[in-house]
Amino acid sequence: MNPVIDIQTLTKTYGSGFTALKAVNLQIRPGEIFALLGPNGAGKTTLISIVCGIARATSGTVLAGGHDIVKDYRAARSLIGLVPQELTTDAFETVWNTVSFSRGLFGKKGNPALIEKILRDLSLWDKKDNQLRQLSGGMKRRVMIAKALSHEPRILFLDEPTAGVDVELRRDMWEMVRGLRETGVTIILTTHYIEEAEEMADRVGVIRKGEIILVEDKAELMRKLGRKELILHLQQPLAAVPDCLAGFDLSLAADGRELVYTYDTKGERTGITALLGAIGEAGIRFNDLQTRQNSLEDIFVSLVSAQS
Amino acid sequence: MNLYAIRAIYLFEMARAWRTLMQSIISPVISTSLYFVVFGAAIGQHMNAIGGVAYGSFIVPGLIMLTLLMQSISNASFGIYFPRFTGTIYEVLSAPVSPLEIVAGYVGAAATKSVILGLIILATATAFVPVQIEHPVLMVAFLILTAVTFSLFGFIIGIWADGFEKLQLVPLLIVTPLTFLGGSFYSIEMLPPFWQTVSLFNPVVYLVSAFRWSFFGQAEVDIGLSLGMTGLFLVLCLGGIVWIFRSGYRLKV
Repeated sequence: MNPVIDIQTLTKTYGSGFTALKAVNLQIRPGEIFALLGPNGAGKTTLISIVCGIARATSGTVLAGGHDIVKDYRAARSLIGLVPQELTTDAFETVWNTVSFSRGLFGKKGNPALIEKILRDLSLWDKKDNQLRQLSGGMKRRVMIAKALSHEPRILFLDEPTAGVDVELRRDMWEMVRGLRETGVTIILTTHYIEEAEEMADRVGVIRKGEIILVEDKAELMRKLGRKELILHLQQPLAAVPDCLAGFDLSLAADGRELVYTYDTKGERTGITALLGAIGEAGIRFNDLQTRQNSLEDIFVSLVSAQS
Repeated sequence: MNLYAIRAIYLFEMARAWRTLMQSIISPVISTSLYFVVFGAAIGQHMNAIGGVAYGSFIVPGLIMLTLLMQSISNASFGIYFPRFTGTIYEVLSAPVSPLEIVAGYVGAAATKSVILGLIILATATAFVPVQIEHPVLMVAFLILTAVTFSLFGFIIGIWADGFEKLQLVPLLIVTPLTFLGGSFYSIEMLPPFWQTVSLFNPVVYLVSAFRWSFFGQAEVDIGLSLGMTGLFLVLCLGGIVWIFRSGYRLKV
């Protein structure tokens, strides 16, 4: 399957000499939700800006839907919608007018029925005649999304889409993004909320200091890199891990009331059976146990730390 | 050609003018009316006719040109500077729009507003002094040419400016003095020969002279030369805009 976005050796060096992107290669599959993670200043927004035509690449190529973003910019940009990180709005414009403006800008004939549907889907319909300055931050964020959707893009870039919005709105947006994916829209999102990527993404890319250091299916990533913990809730607290259990990766928590065993899920043997046997032989009794999978956030932190 | 985009930008800019009606139209009309009251009705009665034209009527083309230049520059520079300032320019830059279409939208709207304003001031002038227009079609054509040319100039200023202070700098410190010294209120033939020669280096002289010719059929400078100089400035502005988009100057990093 041809990628809907094909980035080849993309490099961006600013006039100051700072290289924000270093020969980045990245392919985005049609219809997927791709989460691009990275710390501040990693190059996420620069990458998006180049693909969307806001910034210029120093070298390398980008194809959107098979169209070169420089040579065939009209066809390429027609496919792309962008929700930028900053809440940049025309304060004195009404919701209806600003969304309609965006559609016209992308060369589409006016379609009031579509604009109405988008505004209703984003719970903005009752605000359609309000000036943007009268809206809350969350509402402005919805307007930014409505503007990006107004020209029916096939590829949607969401740069930190839920930054600064409340939990309820964040959940609403996740639902909206999933709904868009159902209609075949490819979604690329950058986020600081790892929970967001974990919740929605099909694949995850990690960028650090202008380099893509990992691209992986989210489930596979979590399976490969995810470490799991077995937590035993002890009847009697321990002062230290007994010597007879020294061969296991154990630690004490909760003032010695929890014995934590960390194991690798990709290993052929987890060692759980042997551990439980050894614990029984040592006369240690427990009244409960639970397992805990590492989150994507743990994985992200370990990846970025390792690269440092 | 993305005509929908041109239309969207054009209508967006025109809508801004209606939202700021006081600043866009009423304010220039009031200030120009004051010029007519002071220079036309009050002082003008004590001035000799210039080239057979009463002083009050003589200053009408110059006053229209004064407003036209200032408003063309102001409208176009603000039109493109404001989205840069607020950050909404991202949308224009990421849209399937060519530089020509962007300029057509912004400059077209700025020029339209200026021409409308010029015509309103012309109508206002008739309330104070008798106005004759010998070449009405050419007068309108020259009005449009000047508005477009200086709107292009304003567009360049709007890209160049990195603050509101700079946005006002060129209109206030360069264009206003040039306009006042460009024969808006007098004929350069009234100046000593040396200053007449100096005046010929002022591009506004050609604009005012040609515009005045369309009213009274007489000009201080040859009409062909005036049109040539205006055309030259138009080409220079277009060249500047081509360079801006090719280099990405202050638009794209």
